[in-house]
Amino acid sequence: MSVNINYLLLIPEILVLSLGILLFVLALITPRNLQKGIGYLATLGLLGIFLYMPIAWKYTGMAIEGMYQVDKVAIFFKALSLLAGIFVTAIAPKYMEKIGYYSEFFVFAVFTVLGMMVLVSATDFLTLYLGLELMTITFIILTAYKRESAIGAEAGIKYLILAGVSSAILLYGLSLFYGLTRTLNIVDIAAVVKNNGITPAFVLAMVFVLAGFAFKISAVPFHMWAPDVYQGAPTPVTAFLATGSKAASFAIFFRFFYLAFPGIKEHWVGLLATLAALTMVVGNLVAIPQTNLKRMLAYSSIAQAGYILVGFLATDFAGFKAIMFYLSVYLMATIGAFAVATVYENVTGKEEIRDFAGLSQRSPIMAAVLVVSLLSMAGIPPLAGFAGKFYLFYPIIKNWGWLALLALIMSMVSVYYYLRVVLVVYRDEPEDKTPITLPNSIYFTLLITMAVTIVLGVYPTPLAKIAQQAAMIFMK
Amino acid sequence: MVEFAMHNAWLIPLLPAIAFAAIALLLWPWPKASSTFSILMILTSFVLALAVVYGVYTQPELIEKSMVYTTRWFSMPGLRIDVGIMLDPTSAMMLWVVTLVALLVQIYSLGYMEGDPGFSSFYAYLSLFAASMLGLVLSSNLLQMFVFWELVGLCSYLLIGFWFYKDSAREAAKKAFITTRVGDFGLLIGLLSLQLIFGTLNIPELAEKAVNFQNYVSAETLTLVLVVLFLGPIGKSGQFPLHVWLPDAMEGPTPVSALIHAATMVVAGVYLVGRILFLFKEVPAAMHVVAIIGGFTAFFAATIALTQTEMKRILAYSTVSQLGYMMLALGAASLTASMFHLMTHAYFKALMFLGAGSVLHALHGKAHIHEMGGLYKKMPWTTWTFVIGALAIAGIPPLAGFWSKDEILLVVKEAAHEAPGIYTPLFWLALITAFLTAFYMFRQVFTAFFGPEKPENHPHEAPWNMRLPLIILAFFSIVGGWVGLPWLEKGFGYWVRMGEFHHAEPDYVLMGVSVLLALAGIYLAYLMYLKKAIDPDKVAEKFGVLYKLSYHKYYIDEIYLWFNQMVVDGMGKILYWVDLYIVDGIVNGIGAITRGSGAVLRYTTTGNLQTYALVIFMVIVIITLYFAFGDASFASLFLGGGK
Repeated sequence: MSVNINYLLLIPEILVLSLGILLFVLALITPRNLQKGIGYLATLGLLGIFLYMPIAWKYTGMAIEGMYQVDKVAIFFKALSLLAGIFVTAIAPKYMEKIGYYSEFFVFAVFTVLGMMVLVSATDFLTLYLGLELMTITFIILTAYKRESAIGAEAGIKYLILAGVSSAILLYGLSLFYGLTRTLNIVDIAAVVKNNGITPAFVLAMVFVLAGFAFKISAVPFHMWAPDVYQGAPTPVTAFLATGSKAASFAIFFRFFYLAFPGIKEHWVGLLATLAALTMVVGNLVAIPQTNLKRMLAYSSIAQAGYILVGFLATDFAGFKAIMFYLSVYLMATIGAFAVATVYENVTGKEEIRDFAGLSQRSPIMAAVLVVSLLSMAGIPPLAGFAGKFYLFYPIIKNWGWLALLALIMSMVSVYYYLRVVLVVYRDEPEDKTPITLPNSIYFTLLITMAVTIVLGVYPTPLAKIAQQAAMIFMK
Repeated sequence: MVEFAMHNAWLIPLLPAIAFAAIALLLWPWPKASSTFSILMILTSFVLALAVVYGVYTQPELIEKSMVYTTRWFSMPGLRIDVGIMLDPTSAMMLWVVTLVALLVQIYSLGYMEGDPGFSSFYAYLSLFAASMLGLVLSSNLLQMFVFWELVGLCSYLLIGFWFYKDSAREAAKKAFITTRVGDFGLLIGLLSLQLIFGTLNIPELAEKAVNFQNYVSAETLTLVLVVLFLGPIGKSGQFPLHVWLPDAMEGPTPVSALIHAATMVVAGVYLVGRILFLFKEVPAAMHVVAIIGGFTAFFAATIALTQTEMKRILAYSTVSQLGYMMLALGAASLTASMFHLMTHAYFKALMFLGAGSVLHALHGKAHIHEMGGLYKKMPWTTWTFVIGALAIAGIPPLAGFWSKDEILLVVKEAAHEAPGIYTPLFWLALITAFLTAFYMFRQVFTAFFGPEKPENHPHEAPWNMRLPLIILAFFSIVGGWVGLPWLEKGFGYWVRMGEFHHAEPDYVLMGVSVLLALAGIYLAYLMYLKKAIDPDKVAEKFGVLYKLSYHKYYIDEIYLWFNQMVVDGMGKILYWVDLYIVDGIVNGIGAITRGSGAVLRYTTTGNLQTYALVIFMVIVIITLYFAFGDASFASLFLGGGK
């Protein structure tokens, strides 16, 4: 059997793969004093590929028959993954210099991006699993990067075992599906359901797959790994986990459920609503007593996953569009916050919230970005988070009024803990008043995330239009 | 010029926004440049606003049909949000008030904030505030208004906590933000509901649809929606029971108190209700809620002001009380009376706050009125302008406050003809409040400015840049009410109104009574605090419990604090604890059982890890069980039966 491969559609993946291999080789042969360049090369390379994405936007179709779909949704999420990769590699260099194994970091980061890009295009169990594992395994390595510190090593081990467990569950679910339907194709499941109805084993398989994805997006009660890992992992990696990994997982989660189970929607939306509600409540309320910034951001990112899950319930393109829009906005805000945390940790070695006292006096730009990011996550207008939440919650008000209300209440609660950070940053006196100087790459990252967060809040239409176009084609 | 200004009114908020950006990004290292640029921008805005005011008040057709121009903000199927500019006599009046006070406060701050390390950022915040407030005033869409509403809240928060090294300032800032958020939450819910019901948040469109609201929604639901929405104005305009933040907000620099917490931002709530008064008018029950909250707040805050000793706090409670008056007027369906009082109040309250600032400046931060005394000798300008403000708020003719307060009393009295059960008690409350207002204002005036001098104080008159705003505001506190004289054929009420213009006959009895009450209040204060014919301490003793209640502001802060600690913080802690111990505990229990049989878990070192894994498995089991037994159509698969 010959397989049709449309290489034109695979250009971004091929480029990322080449970049990864190139960096890998360079890392081996570059003399020590030139290793720095590898970090910049990774950023610039990813940036170049990202700039290609608007061109890629026009070319859609099946890249590999039945296995690899390059539609506008996939391209959108690929761009997001690349963006996460660009920012992470841009903020990482100074931090990684301290940890060591400098150049390998960027190699793994690029391969992680590749994993995400494969994952969001998967329409087949094999490609799905391939992408997922490529992403996860490189993430395990990245998480364990601070292996000399106890907390870093613990985070690595935890992520290794728990990600393994979740993968096993997912794989078990997939194998059940294969057994039931004799097909590896996600779309074919829907046809089988239509013809044969549902069996108990089918339900079991669905729950397993759901659990696997819920783990990746850190939905409560599959969230428990996230705070520990977020806190222990190197901060740039945490940023990557919280943005790229989450966005790609959401993409495949949505694709899988809408392609495989469209006919039995009424059965799983209730479950998703419960998950969303739990995730929002637990994430937000547990974030309140946190004293460590990274841990607080971990719980906040759990809560954000809850909001995004709410978008699933619209079950039409408005909901998917909202998810895509919100994930982009969330990515900007999260990168901004973590970039600040990265620099601060690198300069002072501290990451407790109270240690950020008087940041506004030491670095006004860092303080401003942190505040804009947090307030955007809280959904305070006119920042992007407000527009994003509006898109997310509005379509579900009619059918899921209680959930929308809960989401609003929880958004309000979240202001409480975000504001505490703002207060510390702006109102407290710093112990040490020396200004913090920022490397250029971080400076640009900060400026860009802040500008986008503000601009998309004031004028969300352009991005919303792109997301809408992608979502409409997908839902047809 | 007029034509240009009217068609480009968006420039009015944009210019201060530019000032903010310029200072924040460029000018901040140079305080002089920052303040100059900021003042220049607000001055230009002021001139443009004057042109708009002239344009609007020469075109009577704008009373019935506002001039609106819009542009698309964002849209999705079933929802489109247009933002735009809405010009009519009401918004033009607000433009005038906001730009005037903002300009004067910025000039005043040149002197007041001189040498402060945060001088530049102070001007940046002031500019941002002016931009947001002007944007709010001009908004043609309620969602747009909400965005600016949040922005002014943010500025208020930043400015209250401006002196961040003061603990009290930080706490006050936090309190303001959180308290108003509670209200804003209601507002957001209310707005979303309006959008769902009417399919639009454009004010002119809403006004058209409100007339036939029965086609969209039942009266009961609309009442509920409006009451929930009203939570926003309650929070923003410091109405009972969300008034607690406003007096604490006085921790901010005094020019801020004058601009934001007296003259402009706090009236945003009143303005918002005024903007959609046509909706409230359709459902009397919602109207009654507004009237009752307003009337009660007016009285309640006045009773607290009686016993406070900090100058700015007295003024703050008086602001709360006067805002209550404005709400009461709205509750009596009179946009005219409410907006009229809003305008005059802006003059005399800004004047008194700036006067208080001048005193604080001269006495290096001494805030209690008992530490002052005899200031009139050394600070004549401050004293006499302050007295003009106090006479105006007390309601002595022909000063501004008299005419607007009289208008409010009049409309409440008229409303009482139609629904005596609601409005008659409110009318009496409003009258008593008038008496209380005169009394506590002159308690302050006599104690702080007259009476014996304190030898330890060395007051000095304020510099010119602080005096000038005082004089201008004093001028408007005298003549500002004359635009609404009851004898005028086409006065304030002709322009700023909702529905048909009806010219009420001047009610001379009511005027006489209110003047008498004001005079009585002043005279009583004179007897107690200047002539010392009545000993205030004895009075306090006599009314022991009442005095205590008033002095401690009815203990409302303490109640909220308790609630906050118990419920909000408590919930978070409990859940964290549950997350850590209960879930783990249960799982550990199961783990222990498992451990007995399986050797796998025995050798793992970190207790948490297998806990987490176990939780995952348990949840899967629970979900499966739910599908097996909970979901009706799935249950049949597992339990047999069905097909």
